[in-house]
Amino acid sequence: MIDLLSSPLMQRALLAALLVGATAPIIGTYLVQRRLALLGDGIGHIALTGVAAGWLAGSLAGLATPESLALPGAVIVAVLGSVGIEWVRARGRITGDVAMAILFYGGIAGGVLLIKVAGGTSANLMNYLFGSIATVSGTDLMWTAALTGLVLLVGLGLRPLLFAVSHDEEFARASGLPVQLLTSLLAALAALAVTVSMRVVGLLLVSALMIVPVATAQAITRSFARTMTLASVVGAVVSVVGLVLTYWYDLPPGATIVVLAILLYAATTMAQQRRRRPDPSVDPHPDLRDDVRVGEGA
Amino acid sequence: MTTTEPVLRAEAIDVVLGGLRILTGVSLSVQPGEVVALLGANGSGKSTLVRASLGIIPVAAGQVQLFGAPLGRGTAWSRIGYVPQRKPVHTGVPATALEVVRAGLLSPGRWRPASRARAMAALERMGMADRAHQPVQEMSGGQHQRVLIARALVREPDLLLLDEPTTGIDLGTIDAFVDTIDAMRRTGTAVAVVLHETEAFSALLDRAVVLRHGRVVHNGAPPVARAEHARPAHEHTHAHPEPEETSGALEFDLIGDEE
Repeated sequence: MIDLLSSPLMQRALLAALLVGATAPIIGTYLVQRRLALLGDGIGHIALTGVAAGWLAGSLAGLATPESLALPGAVIVAVLGSVGIEWVRARGRITGDVAMAILFYGGIAGGVLLIKVAGGTSANLMNYLFGSIATVSGTDLMWTAALTGLVLLVGLGLRPLLFAVSHDEEFARASGLPVQLLTSLLAALAALAVTVSMRVVGLLLVSALMIVPVATAQAITRSFARTMTLASVVGAVVSVVGLVLTYWYDLPPGATIVVLAILLYAATTMAQQRRRRPDPSVDPHPDLRDDVRVGEGA
Repeated sequence: MTTTEPVLRAEAIDVVLGGLRILTGVSLSVQPGEVVALLGANGSGKSTLVRASLGIIPVAAGQVQLFGAPLGRGTAWSRIGYVPQRKPVHTGVPATALEVVRAGLLSPGRWRPASRARAMAALERMGMADRAHQPVQEMSGGQHQRVLIARALVREPDLLLLDEPTTGIDLGTIDAFVDTIDAMRRTGTAVAVVLHETEAFSALLDRAVVLRHGRVVHNGAPPVARAEHARPAHEHTHAHPEPEETSGALEFDLIGDEE
């Protein structure tokens, strides 16, 4: 264990996993509330185009390591793409699932196309598709800390407003809240959460880290606030534990974290179902008064 | 009718949704302390009128004024309470009744939710205080509806817009709700309420606006209380937008049952 913590590489990786694991489910809670659980996946795909676009920009600018612009490229393209899709969706020009499909396919195709133009190969994209937390540098960690900090600040600071708009968009509109601005903000936060999680679990699995902890938490909790808190804890725990496992066993970190999260989800829901097995002898509404009298005065 | 400025004034509004003209030249005004029923068949445009009045959907023509100011940046949102038509509760993240009601106080000028005490008081008025910590996803339709009403009441609004607020609620709770509306009306709150059954509200209604195919076909006296209509010997003698055969039911309901 001491061996594990004394490696600077592992220290950085653990810190990144902790930050990302705790942050992604917070945004995921809003997405599940809005029934846009797959939005993270769509953003993950379009971020791939961003990675390749950053790479292309880097090689056009003649940088020695064109890859250094991959993260900024992913951030910019993912934010623009997610806000754009939200904007189009809000105007009813396109339904949510069609918008998502276009993100999925366009994002992957664009990424593969651009990386070729940039002089790379699809193999270069693998690190981004499946994560590369083992190679997190000091600069990467600073970026991760800054972006997760921003996501946490806005995502938690504006929680009353983001909850209102996610829970009942029509009521939020009737309260005069800037609904379009808030949903766009949420889309942008989701994009940031995706790009910051990209190194940990990879773009193909990024949505799992946002959504599966929320699904696990809501099997137990009964309020929005508690769901968000517990989801964040679950996300942090599975990310750190998953990463630690890869230190001892030769496993891919991203996939290990996601499989761990899903196993925890399965165990939780099964335990809950066992606990909540219905008892037919119990009145489901013992506190309700009877307002129909049956068989009196016959 | 008083001469004070109306709280809500919609003037000759048209609403077009998805290429269909839902409302055509509809005008509606509600004075402080007035309770107006919006009646009509399914698809006649009642809900659309309410939603357009709040800017939830855009108007294609005409103008909406709230508290004397055109709908927009200057609108006094914090003075408006809205109870939307209840949608089936989805299986998203659980949210307790208290969380839902606390969100009811948010407006452009207020980003902090209502205090717990204030939200609990609103839930208490709807007899839901003991279920404050229950997720709305676990509630029956009527219980959820009462939470939605509490969410509108938490603002202590001067204008209350209700879209079929009593659907699915048991009679005892409807009576308590009508008493609450009555008390608010006495302190000057203006109320516009979309109804299918006017019976529970009959004592409160000052006026009825009847919509048919997106146009106002009646603006005046509310339907007479059902008790009188239900009598076997009852005969209709009062004015009627489009006299038709009567079957002992409320005639405004007949309009509602037409399609």
